[in-house]
Amino acid sequence: MQITVTVNGAERTVEVEPRLLLVHLLRDHLGLTGTHWGCDTSNCGTCVVWFDGTPVKSCTVLAAMADGHEVRTVEDLATADGLDPIQQAFSDHHGLQCGFCTPGMLMTGRWLLDRNPDPSEQEIREAISGQVCRCTGYQNIVRSVRAAAELSQVKGARA
Amino acid sequence: MSAGIDSITAAATTPRGYGPMRRKEDARFLRGKGHYLDDIRLPGMLHGAILRSPYAHAWITAIDTSAAEAHPKVHAVITGETLAGLGLAWMPTLSHDVQAVLATDKVRFQGQEVAFVVAEDRYAARDALGLIDVEYEPLTPVVDARKSLDPDAPLIRDDITGRTDNHIFDWEAGDAAATDEVFARADVVSSCDMVYPRTHPAPMETCGSIASMDPVTGKLTVYTTTQAPHAHRTVYALVAGLPEHKIQIISPDIGGGFGNKVGIYPGYVCAVVGSIVTGAPVKWVEDRSENLMSTSFARDYHMHGEIAATKDGTILGVRVKVLADHGAFNGTAQPSKMPAGLFHVFTGSYDLQAAHCAVTGVYTNKAPGGVAYACSFRITEAVYLIERLVDVLATDQGWDPAELRMNNLIRAEQFPYTTATGWEYDSGDYPQTLRLALQMVGYEELRREQAARRAAFERGEASELMGIGLSFFTEAVGAGPRKHMDILGLGMADGAELRVHPTGKAVLRLSCKSQGQGHETTFAQIVAEELGISPDDIEVVQGDTDQTPFGLGTYGSRSTPVSGAAAAVVARKVRERARIVAAAMLEVSPADLEWSKGSFHVKGDPSASKAMAEIAMAAHSDLELPEGVEGHLDATCVYNPPNLTYPCGGYVCVVDVDPGTGQVKVRRFVAVDDCGVRINPMVVEGQVHGGLADGIGMALMEVMAFDTDGNHLGASFMDYLLPTAVECPSWELGETVTPSPHHPIGAKGVGESATVGSPPAVVNAVLDAIGVRHADMPLTPAQVWRAMQGRPLRTDLAIG
Amino acid sequence: MQVPAQFEYARATSVAHAIDLLRRHGPESRLVAGGHSLIPMMKLRIANPETLIDINDLAELTRIGLDSGLLRIGALVRHAELLDSAVVGEHFAIFRDAERVIADPIVRNWGTVGGSLCQADPSEDLSAAFSAVRAIAVIQGADGERTVPVREFHTGPYQTVVGAAEILTELRVPIRPGGGSAYTKVERRAGDWAVAAAGAVLWLDGNTVSDVGIGLTAVGAAHFAAEEAEDFLRGRPATEESFAAAGRIAAAHCNPVADQRGPVDYKRHLAGELTTRALRRAAARAAGAAVETEGA
Repeated sequence: MQITVTVNGAERTVEVEPRLLLVHLLRDHLGLTGTHWGCDTSNCGTCVVWFDGTPVKSCTVLAAMADGHEVRTVEDLATADGLDPIQQAFSDHHGLQCGFCTPGMLMTGRWLLDRNPDPSEQEIREAISGQVCRCTGYQNIVRSVRAAAELSQVKGARA
Repeated sequence: MSAGIDSITAAATTPRGYGPMRRKEDARFLRGKGHYLDDIRLPGMLHGAILRSPYAHAWITAIDTSAAEAHPKVHAVITGETLAGLGLAWMPTLSHDVQAVLATDKVRFQGQEVAFVVAEDRYAARDALGLIDVEYEPLTPVVDARKSLDPDAPLIRDDITGRTDNHIFDWEAGDAAATDEVFARADVVSSCDMVYPRTHPAPMETCGSIASMDPVTGKLTVYTTTQAPHAHRTVYALVAGLPEHKIQIISPDIGGGFGNKVGIYPGYVCAVVGSIVTGAPVKWVEDRSENLMSTSFARDYHMHGEIAATKDGTILGVRVKVLADHGAFNGTAQPSKMPAGLFHVFTGSYDLQAAHCAVTGVYTNKAPGGVAYACSFRITEAVYLIERLVDVLATDQGWDPAELRMNNLIRAEQFPYTTATGWEYDSGDYPQTLRLALQMVGYEELRREQAARRAAFERGEASELMGIGLSFFTEAVGAGPRKHMDILGLGMADGAELRVHPTGKAVLRLSCKSQGQGHETTFAQIVAEELGISPDDIEVVQGDTDQTPFGLGTYGSRSTPVSGAAAAVVARKVRERARIVAAAMLEVSPADLEWSKGSFHVKGDPSASKAMAEIAMAAHSDLELPEGVEGHLDATCVYNPPNLTYPCGGYVCVVDVDPGTGQVKVRRFVAVDDCGVRINPMVVEGQVHGGLADGIGMALMEVMAFDTDGNHLGASFMDYLLPTAVECPSWELGETVTPSPHHPIGAKGVGESATVGSPPAVVNAVLDAIGVRHADMPLTPAQVWRAMQGRPLRTDLAIG
Repeated sequence: MQVPAQFEYARATSVAHAIDLLRRHGPESRLVAGGHSLIPMMKLRIANPETLIDINDLAELTRIGLDSGLLRIGALVRHAELLDSAVVGEHFAIFRDAERVIADPIVRNWGTVGGSLCQADPSEDLSAAFSAVRAIAVIQGADGERTVPVREFHTGPYQTVVGAAEILTELRVPIRPGGGSAYTKVERRAGDWAVAAAGAVLWLDGNTVSDVGIGLTAVGAAHFAAEEAEDFLRGRPATEESFAAAGRIAAAHCNPVADQRGPVDYKRHLAGELTTRALRRAAARAAGAAVETEGA
């Protein structure tokens, strides 16, 4: 079947099998390998992308479901002006090690901050509780999201 | 000595050496531009998938692949029979056993590899697996390790001529007679049976491989998720009889390893054969169930420990018997001469008069493996054993576990200290480290709170209990001295090569391979510290055997102790070459030069100086050099560690337990680590954080249990639970620094310290809360509740 | 990674269209919305539908609202929407409590209320919550609409009364003043299925329990309910003793099975303990106390 998906702002029309998973559409058909997969059961969260502005686990969404919809991936976070504040914060505060869970964490973190610009530590922990990191023990991820909140507020105040 | 709750943030500017520094590798990971195995697509690449056994133990009576072969997208179906024709049906393990690549006779664990399909895409490859018809004749499996040596236990390894039982090895360390003597005169003896159940490293990225055999040049290129690319190359050469100079192993970005990515798995060999058969590159990547079922489990030690002490609280000795479940093939990755790895550091951090352990390894119908999951070659098991035993002794005698530890720790002045099992601990100040941990957590105050809480609970005024758990660990990392340690005959020394370009920028080539540890940054910092140039000007190359010198890879926390030492040594070699060049430039004798970070100057005349960049250009120029001195500054070295390094740590965990449900909440976790000199303290903290989360996982939720048919009950992330951000507290870290006396920069390695040290602290805290002497991990709500009823579960078997 | 076998895909544009597609594609077709249970089962090739009918476009099923004394929840309401709904939270804290601990925030963004009920997993949380509040399921077929009490909705593990060419469209919960509700769950880890969980809704007349609903999950309770405990409690004082006794009755009448989440005795214990706790919290809320929802 033919589907047309707006990915990171650009319309992409692709011929796919109905069973193709969204994560494979992104990775194998569109070359957007920043979105990873780590399990088969929607438990690990390395595959999180935005679907119509909301984070979903793309290993458990069919590419066909995205026909006519918008998908945003980690590749869209940085702009010509540089890194998104959440990316910068992850770098400043060592919020990543092997980098495998990072794209999903960034996408969820960005979404959380868009909805809740000043989240508490507990709110951050709950927000990422469907995403597993095996390296960081989460502390620096939590700290990075907090720092991004502060960074965004500083930038917001300047704007 | 310092303490603080907040983690370290990168410095605003790049340090010219050690210090908190943003990681160079982050730039690509943050943008989704990492380059992991499954991101790689080679032209014409095909995809492999493995058909696995549903049975734990069964004869294969027939395999019909015709329907799969008829699938329009299938290029090849490979079975054990195909491989037998090539002499590849069996491969050597890292422990002098053999393992089936694809089963030819029978299957010996659920999930064992039976057939390999090569197809045009991964979906078709999966579909074709369903078209293969395998007939099995099920056999009774050996599931419970404790029954594996029963006279009537089914024989698992009938492939080995002359074998009549499931026994693999007996191994001892320490002095049995001296230990018995110590126990005979001890005032008090405590003993405990404990299981360190089978767990899995479960990195977020599963294992995989892309093999590409060039039929024209005969060159085999293997992209693979390996922590040890050079070891893989040599093993491929030995297994497949391929010339080693025609094999290139490329380990791309790795999404976590933790020991899961040390060994060579059947799937890798199948990908190679698939590429030879089809003439195209073949990719094989595990799904998560395959990862959990078949590759590199960890632990599975059934331990009986005894601890002897005087009535005034001096620990005299420890005696241990271990039954080690190695699964269906003995495939543990550890130094050849040590079938139980470094388990004989079970004497821990205490000054003992005698100790002895006897370890028996057995086969069961489970996946092969054993040494993985950041375990430092079985030190995880050893530390758990001793730290539980100390707590059991304290419980039995009504002693305070902190005081008991403090009174028995090896004292600073005793280093170097030779343990009762023969290890020479290099350095440490254990009492200082433990004291800092107790001070940071506010131990006395917590004990008062606990007493008040317990009293309130008994009056019905509080609904939760609290517990405080300690552990003190000594790690032994940086394997290892060549005379003592090898893997498959390969000595555990690491090479390093440093090139300094004419403009003073450098390239460091290393044999080890980061799986997230940040080598590109920290090893650049080591060279920066030695040469005084910016880490930003030093590129670290790793993971490609055609580009890097030989060495055994990254596991057992060995990168900093071995490759890190090599980096420092090779940088010092470069610096000495630079001295000669600088002397020629300044027209003085090399001996007249003094090094101040980044430049040589003439003694007594700081103005007559040459910076590294100037020296580098001159070294490549027409500058006349003394007779016999070659140009350029490049250098190589091989570092053979004289001893292991011995990081240590004192950990305190505080938990709240809901006795009505058995639920545990980790309230606080204080970790004071001494890993010697810290190159990038921010990265060190990150390593510790990750290991502490592992401890939460193992202590509270992670386990691979098996039912009586040998079915794996943790074969997905729905059943094999990893801790999330919600279960983890905000870690509180502290540090003490006793540099390793024999390491060039005094560093000790830290990658596994927290994974090793944290589980007993969590377990001790939970058991302290509920007033139970022992219950096996994981302390799930069910296990906590059952322990409180006096009927703890056997966690390695199905809950029935 | 695991991938599903081949199937046909059709996207429904209305409930009537979905029903028509179900009829045309026959019994081997399945509806899919969030797919968080179905798609993993398809990857494992445990479920192998020939056709998937995507109902994600059925905006008519996405509403949450109050209507003549009923709280109406569309089957396509996402878990996150149920969690965030002010009107749901105002009338039935039990759903807020339950949703806070169902799967994880990302799964909740996509998984649906109707999908959870129709999956009919014996450890599913909303089944117990809707059972506690005695919700009515609205099922539509080619011949029109029928209503079924949620306590008659499940016919066994993974089985419901929804026919092959029918679709669950809505859940209706009668609203009565003076009530309070709560849900409490024990899980091995955030995001895990329940080891056991209990939901309670309770109406007080002074300090007397005038009516009560108790839902249980993962413990083999018939209809996800503890009816014997409800019968016991009705008309009794809302005291610790009553709630404890109700818990004991609930524990005695459930039928848990052992699995890696826990042995039978523990699950039975939890059925009692959590029933008591849910009742306690529900009673406090009924009495006007502010009782916070527990986090993941």
